[in-house]
Amino acid sequence: MSSRSPVIESGSGSRADGATGAAPQAEGPGVQTMPFAKALNAGLRRAMSENDRVLLMGEDIGRLGGVFRVTEGLQASFGSQRVLDTPLAESGIVGTAIGLAMAGFRPVVEIQFDGFVFPAFDQITTQLAKLTFRHEGALRMPVVIRIPYGGHIGAVEHHQESPETYFAHTAGLRVVSPSTPNDAYWMIQDAIASDDPVIFLEPKARYWQKGEVDRAAPALPLHASRIVRRGTDVTLVGHGAMVTTLLQAAALAEGEGTSCEVVDLRSLSPIDYGPVLDSIRRTGRMVYAQEAPGFVSLGSEVAATVMTEAFYALEAPVLRVSGFDTPFPPAKLEGVYLPDPDRILEAVDRVLAY
Amino acid sequence: MPPTDAAENTAARQTDPEAADPIRILDADGAFSPTEAAEPYLDLVTQLADADLEQFYRDMVVVRAFDTQATNLQRQGQLALWPPSRGQEAAQVGSARAARAQDHIFPSYREHVVCTIRGVDPLDIIRLMRGMTHGGWDPYDPAHGNTHIYTLVLGSQTLHATGFGMGLVFDGKTGTGEAGRDEAVIVYYGDGASSQGDVHEAMVFAASYQVPQVFFLQNNHWAISVPVSTQTRVPLARRGDGYGIPSVRVDGNDVLASFAVTRRALDEARGGAGPRAIEAVTYRMGAHTTSDDPTKYRTSDEESSWARRDPIARLRAYLRARGASDAFFEEVDAEAADGAASIRERTIALGPIPASAMFDHVYSEPHPVLQREKQWLADYEASFEEGTR
Repeated sequence: MSSRSPVIESGSGSRADGATGAAPQAEGPGVQTMPFAKALNAGLRRAMSENDRVLLMGEDIGRLGGVFRVTEGLQASFGSQRVLDTPLAESGIVGTAIGLAMAGFRPVVEIQFDGFVFPAFDQITTQLAKLTFRHEGALRMPVVIRIPYGGHIGAVEHHQESPETYFAHTAGLRVVSPSTPNDAYWMIQDAIASDDPVIFLEPKARYWQKGEVDRAAPALPLHASRIVRRGTDVTLVGHGAMVTTLLQAAALAEGEGTSCEVVDLRSLSPIDYGPVLDSIRRTGRMVYAQEAPGFVSLGSEVAATVMTEAFYALEAPVLRVSGFDTPFPPAKLEGVYLPDPDRILEAVDRVLAY
Repeated sequence: MPPTDAAENTAARQTDPEAADPIRILDADGAFSPTEAAEPYLDLVTQLADADLEQFYRDMVVVRAFDTQATNLQRQGQLALWPPSRGQEAAQVGSARAARAQDHIFPSYREHVVCTIRGVDPLDIIRLMRGMTHGGWDPYDPAHGNTHIYTLVLGSQTLHATGFGMGLVFDGKTGTGEAGRDEAVIVYYGDGASSQGDVHEAMVFAASYQVPQVFFLQNNHWAISVPVSTQTRVPLARRGDGYGIPSVRVDGNDVLASFAVTRRALDEARGGAGPRAIEAVTYRMGAHTTSDDPTKYRTSDEESSWARRDPIARLRAYLRARGASDAFFEEVDAEAADGAASIRERTIALGPIPASAMFDHVYSEPHPVLQREKQWLADYEASFEEGTR
């Protein structure tokens, strides 16, 4: 297959006819080009319109519309009891969201920045994640925790982190991260529809990236991974903002005669290994890229599973490209810390050397 | 140390968590002797019939026998742990009997009689402490009186109660003025938990959203080995003011006072007046749990002084003075003994739980990792049964 083939979608399952077909080529009825943040806004608006038990909670999300404007206009439309400007206390926000879920609501919490989630970490991991288990199924916890995460915006400390490993490691949580506006639009609605708590990680570097949103045709199921570029030599896997970086690396590799396939994980817990393993059985080589530190990370987990499930297909060890095992550095160094196409290509060269 | 002048007296009072006298109706000898602060609550007490007072007594005696039996069961290896409620019966019975059927109860983990008054089977508490479940009952089963399960991490449940109460506000289920319909929440926590950030955040949220919530703090004087004076330098009831939450301090070993202040607080919360806080001053007569040894950190003099304020003896003296018969006390003692014997039999009869249960209900919908692990464990165990390993 030519490495110039268009982006295609595939996944382990589809919930609507045509969901695995080629992406729309032009804006048809219901298809609109919009930035990632606007797509999230549209998805939230639709979920709130369709179910009046859905309410939004967070700091500055009402009158201001959120520091990234993801909730802009929603309080004006739905009122201050559906879009709550809460007191400034993350544990309090998540703890009261749990109580609201106990009272039959479907709260969607916004944590303002990745590094601010930790005051709520106890309520998320000790309470939210375990309450259905503790109640032996008698209680469900349909709570979504939206977290803008990751670097690339040159911000101060606590505003550029990638905390996904903590949540993916916690039984009882579902963890997802859309990488395109269409996925943002559909996955936020699917997350809200889930009866389990969902950690919804929004790659803030992509908030302004435009893409087509097809409001008529649902995207893949919430927990499906997807091959976003076909290739034959090396499989590149990642999630969130890193998917764009992987596609950039694949385009550069193509110029050097190397054909890279790119898989967008989309769901970090559970992980849909179908497309990942399918790809590796064809390429025999894999590189995982992530912004988070590499030690005990998503890349580590995927590498271990690939070794178990596709050992005889591998022609080379699985390599990981990640943030360094340091605190996220001051912004002037983020370009060094964050994996870029060159670091990914360096790993591609190494897996090809076997 | 007696103060030598007014200035020192003021300074001492600002660093004494016991500085304020609690609202009291029955004195330690069981005499009807209301403090001045109790006057506004007396109408709620005089409305009580003899049958109500006898019910309070029955609740307290029955739970003490259950609590003693559970402690024994732990000593005999039947339970992993037991947190005794001995000494706190009046605070718990008074507050639980003050709640209306439509109210919602969020206990900590020592409120055994609160739960049983609301309809929870005491065996479900036993199953939790035996290591058979992390919960024990379904709060949404109408038989359980809207009683939520125990929370072991201190203070976390205060936020859940606040969020639940926010839901009551948003749904218009409170503050309508219909006393039989309006709902409220009451959350239990202790003097140790009062230092947790979640409790403070719950008070901020409860005040901000004017939640129909009663914060019921049992000050039992000890957070395991740490005295209440380490948690606070002022009476804990004073903290409510800082959040805009009207608060009272009540003698938690006086069931009538505990009932009256909780009834009033819940009525006000239900009626739309916003949250209320109660500090019930009581004493943990037993250990923190069966793993604890109070002799290492408190004196027998202190324990004796609180034994003289035993909440059951106090109500017993009051009932006796009102003319309750020997037959009544004998009947209650027999009921308590029967209940304790029954819980022993039912505990010992509890069977094993299947290993597969750990995979169920981690998620509400099928999950590939857990399905795979559950199947793997089943196959692994079956391999031994078949003798193939």
